Amino acid sequence: MSTTPKLSKSPWVVHFNCNSCNGCDIEFLALLTPHYDVERFGIVHVGNPKHADVLVVTGSVNHRNARVLKNVYDQIPDPKVVVAMGVCASTGGIFADGYNVLGGIAKVIPVDVYVPGCASRPEAMMDGIVKAAVILEAKRRNPKAVQAGQPVVVRTPSAAPAAAAAIPQKEIPQPC
Amino acid sequence: MIRRNTIPFGPQHPVLPEPIQLRLVMEDEKIIEALPAIGYIHRGLEKIAEKKDFIQDVYLAERICGICSFMHSQNYCQGIESLMNLTVPDRGRYLRTIWAEIHRVHSHLLALGLLADSFGFENLFMQLWRTREIILDIMEQTAGGRVMLGTCCIGGVRKDISSAQATVVLRQLDQVQKECDEILPALLNDYSVKQRTVGVGVLPRDKAHELGAVGPVARASGIGMDYREQGYAAYPDLGFKKVVETAGDCYARTLVRVKEIAESIRMARLALEKAPQGPIAVPFKGNPTGEVLARIEQPRGELNFYIKGNGTRNLERFRVRTPTFANLPPLLHMLTGCQLADVPVIALSIDPCISCTER
Repeated sequence: MSTTPKLSKSPWVVHFNCNSCNGCDIEFLALLTPHYDVERFGIVHVGNPKHADVLVVTGSVNHRNARVLKNVYDQIPDPKVVVAMGVCASTGGIFADGYNVLGGIAKVIPVDVYVPGCASRPEAMMDGIVKAAVILEAKRRNPKAVQAGQPVVVRTPSAAPAAAAAIPQKEIPQPC
Repeated sequence: MIRRNTIPFGPQHPVLPEPIQLRLVMEDEKIIEALPAIGYIHRGLEKIAEKKDFIQDVYLAERICGICSFMHSQNYCQGIESLMNLTVPDRGRYLRTIWAEIHRVHSHLLALGLLADSFGFENLFMQLWRTREIILDIMEQTAGGRVMLGTCCIGGVRKDISSAQATVVLRQLDQVQKECDEILPALLNDYSVKQRTVGVGVLPRDKAHELGAVGPVARASGIGMDYREQGYAAYPDLGFKKVVETAGDCYARTLVRVKEIAESIRMARLALEKAPQGPIAVPFKGNPTGEVLARIEQPRGELNFYIKGNGTRNLERFRVRTPTFANLPPLLHMLTGCQLADVPVIALSIDPCISCTER
């Protein structure tokens, strides 16, 4: 049995509210509470980007926070995975027409998992982070195998992430 | 002479769910001055509202804030209805009140939980948010969405609550009441909670009035201002009683929210029982003309919308003044002279909603 640590067993998540209306943020915070309790997957919410493996972003990017988002992303040590939570983070959503809105967060940083919904349901968010954990493990094993820019879209909880399918089946860690 | 240091608090900070920067000018541990830097979540919503159809703007207004979403759409609809001289049917008014009051319970539980988290009482945060999930279940059953309900429309509401659903909701409200009765005394009577909140961030009555505080912040400082008293939706029929405290500190603001939870549950239950049968919405034709200042009492205070229509499908101007914007000057006053360790508690005691403020 391998003694190397598996990142997917304990993905630490840092959350950044980019340009969000708070709807996705409170649903993300609800994940941490007893009803959903994502700590059973080893998912821990941390405040410091330098401790984190997964960056969860809610809301679109505007001129003022684009630099802050890039800063937070750059501070996360490799390997790292980005989850775009909700339609605003994915495309800009209802605010895409705003004079101040640049669009989805993919304009600034590479995204690995897109979770749709306005606001995203906590079940979909949980699924997105679990899929991100699988990609994280794949990135750790072979940084070149999984390129950011070939993202996963969460549709049904049973759909296997495309990026993880690229690595041999026995190497895919079971996230739960 | 003590050197002055400036500490940036935010925009990405563990206790803040939203990005706002407070530049704290410090002498040792004492705060001399607090300067806010905002704009991190400015979405240009007022301009988008002018580009969209005024009926689509109901859903845009709902997305000003995800926490008090229903009340934003309610205020927008009330404004448009007064421009178009529409009278909402009685059942529509009652249903709006039910959803608004249920939203208030969820918002106050959320705020109290975040306050508990800010002074490190994580257990209490978890318990309060577990109770909040029952409220979100009610919203999902009755409206279909957990945070974005989308049930308010111009002229009334889109969905009805059947009597079978109402029975279930009443039972769930009983459960919420029971859990609150167990948890909230722990929040109010705990020694360590009192240590962190009593006498911290005091806002005297005259300062609250001078700086234009609204909502629970004003009511905790002895200003009995609650727009629900003026009577919109079904509030005149429900015997609304406002909650006023006089101490003006973080503890008083917490106490106001705790008492308002009980009052909101009572009103939601009464409205569910008393709601008359009949149509839930009234049809309308035409476009809004003229200008109106729509007001409503949100969980955080009074919300103002200025709506100006020019007889076309698009509004000429849509202006939003949210309660947190009014409560920022009182917050800066409270922060001056406090200790650095008290900043999260004081900031969360006004229940800031930066997404509303910057829209």
